[in-house]
Amino acid sequence: MFKKRRKLKHFTIGDYVVYIIISFICILFIAPFIYAVSISLTDPDVYVPFKLYLFPDKISLATYKYILSNASFMNSFKNTVFITFVGTLLDLCVTYTFAYVLTKKNMPFHKLFMGMVVFTLMFNAGIIPNFMMVKSLHLINSRWALILPVLTNAWSLIVAKNFIESIPGEIEESARIDGCNDIQVFLRMIIPLSKASIATLTLFFAVSHWNTYFNALIYLTDTNKRTLQVYVKSLLIDASTTGVGVDVMNMPSETVRMATVILAMLPILVVYPFLQKYFVKGTMVGAVKG
Amino acid sequence: MARKKEFYRYRYMFVLAIPGMLYFLVFKIAPLWGLSLAFVDFNSFKGLFGSEFVGFGNFIDFFNSNNFYLMLRNTIVISMMNLIFFFPAPILLALLLNEIKGEHFKKLTQTIVYMPHFLSWVVIAGITFFIFSSDIGLVNKAILTSGGDAIGFLSNPKLFWWFLLGQTTWKEIGWQSIIFLAAITQIDVSLYKAAEVDGASRMQKLRYITLSGIMPTVVTMFIIRLGTVFDVSLDQILMMKNSFVADVSEVFDTYAYTQGIMQGNLSLGVTVGIFKGIVSMAFVITTNEVIKKLGYDGIY
Repeated sequence: MFKKRRKLKHFTIGDYVVYIIISFICILFIAPFIYAVSISLTDPDVYVPFKLYLFPDKISLATYKYILSNASFMNSFKNTVFITFVGTLLDLCVTYTFAYVLTKKNMPFHKLFMGMVVFTLMFNAGIIPNFMMVKSLHLINSRWALILPVLTNAWSLIVAKNFIESIPGEIEESARIDGCNDIQVFLRMIIPLSKASIATLTLFFAVSHWNTYFNALIYLTDTNKRTLQVYVKSLLIDASTTGVGVDVMNMPSETVRMATVILAMLPILVVYPFLQKYFVKGTMVGAVKG
Repeated sequence: MARKKEFYRYRYMFVLAIPGMLYFLVFKIAPLWGLSLAFVDFNSFKGLFGSEFVGFGNFIDFFNSNNFYLMLRNTIVISMMNLIFFFPAPILLALLLNEIKGEHFKKLTQTIVYMPHFLSWVVIAGITFFIFSSDIGLVNKAILTSGGDAIGFLSNPKLFWWFLLGQTTWKEIGWQSIIFLAAITQIDVSLYKAAEVDGASRMQKLRYITLSGIMPTVVTMFIIRLGTVFDVSLDQILMMKNSFVADVSEVFDTYAYTQGIMQGNLSLGVTVGIFKGIVSMAFVITTNEVIKKLGYDGIY
């Protein structure tokens, strides 16, 4: 307390400069969202194209109601939710089982396992070989094409492994003395004690599934199978270049587009402020030890 | 016998290893086989062994095509702009954030500037359109309202690279500043106290203690960035490119995608991928050596 008060007394010109610059930066980051939200909330009946709005003349949720009743939006939304939920769950299973295996340094093949992980950190077969693999597994136009090829990655494995290694070995030993085998130790000890790192990785996996664009573009070519990001892209760009699409529905395309983009990022915007500390911790673990 | 015992002892661990092993074998190791396509004139009806072996023919054709120089130029320009203009930005932001005295204001600022990192390129591109496009862009609306003519910002090849740079900076400046902020907190506080006793000004402390204190981190991050210099964000370019900016937006990944997947020319797609992979690796190794010669710790 004392320290803080002493500092506040010495609020110099330099401090004012810092605060002004920082405030300006914050505005640069927030303003686009406020603008998009306010346009998306504009009542479609009073909307005039090309008129400069900063805030709506009349607020209404009509645009959001329209989008949420739109079959292609809802379909792509459901696909994305499925991929995000199932994908994240499977990512966690594969990552933690393998990370636990990687902590066993005396196990046969330990070097081989570790070598594989490090290898993928440096080499990637590339777009076409990966595409051919997915194709040869008959996963094209299957939602599993966005889940199976990205089940885990070297960075997440290293984060999870470092975390498991920080759990005291005595805990594992005591469970073993009580008659637990490796799988039971993993399920009853390692997983419950890894909660903090699981929270971090859950968020990273979920965000990456939610935001995936390129894989969705090449693997899910069927319109019924497309994900939210691909749908939003087609609405944003393809509709604006061809001039068809949303205008047919007597809805101003601008409010529809803004509302769709808002909806596409809403889940992230909602969870982000609460989980920010986990995100930051997670990157630090990866950056320092990885 | 001892070995057999070892296997038996770890039998449950091998069960746990199955999902991860399968994943790596199927999706990381097996696709490497596809790299052999670069050395044949691949015909999907005849298969790999039925296709004609052309050695480095695909590479020679690729190097001799006009697109090669275009892509090389675009990749280098986009990366260099990122290195020169984007790389220092998070360092400056971290220094600024460090100068904030109020903890709450600092936390709030961090929450705000980290956030765009979690948005997809589709959303970022959407926001860009809302501000700059010629049909719904805020800037053009303002120009029209004040009686001017609409400007096609996003279809102007001269502005394309700057838009990429702006987007990258907006999306990642906050996130990238985390590592530098962490480095600043590692600096010994007594150094500042000693400098104060010696009568150092705020700017002097910033320059001689904070900035020099985080220099090793800056150097390490710079090497890592140089290593990924050929990794231009594919999602970002796919979102921002249009027929007006085709010449300035083509990079190796977009070419591998359009040639390999859309046109079905798999051999060419793989060739482009291998070229990119080798150059990237050469960058990592070379820069790491240079940095070691300069007396800093390398990344490996």
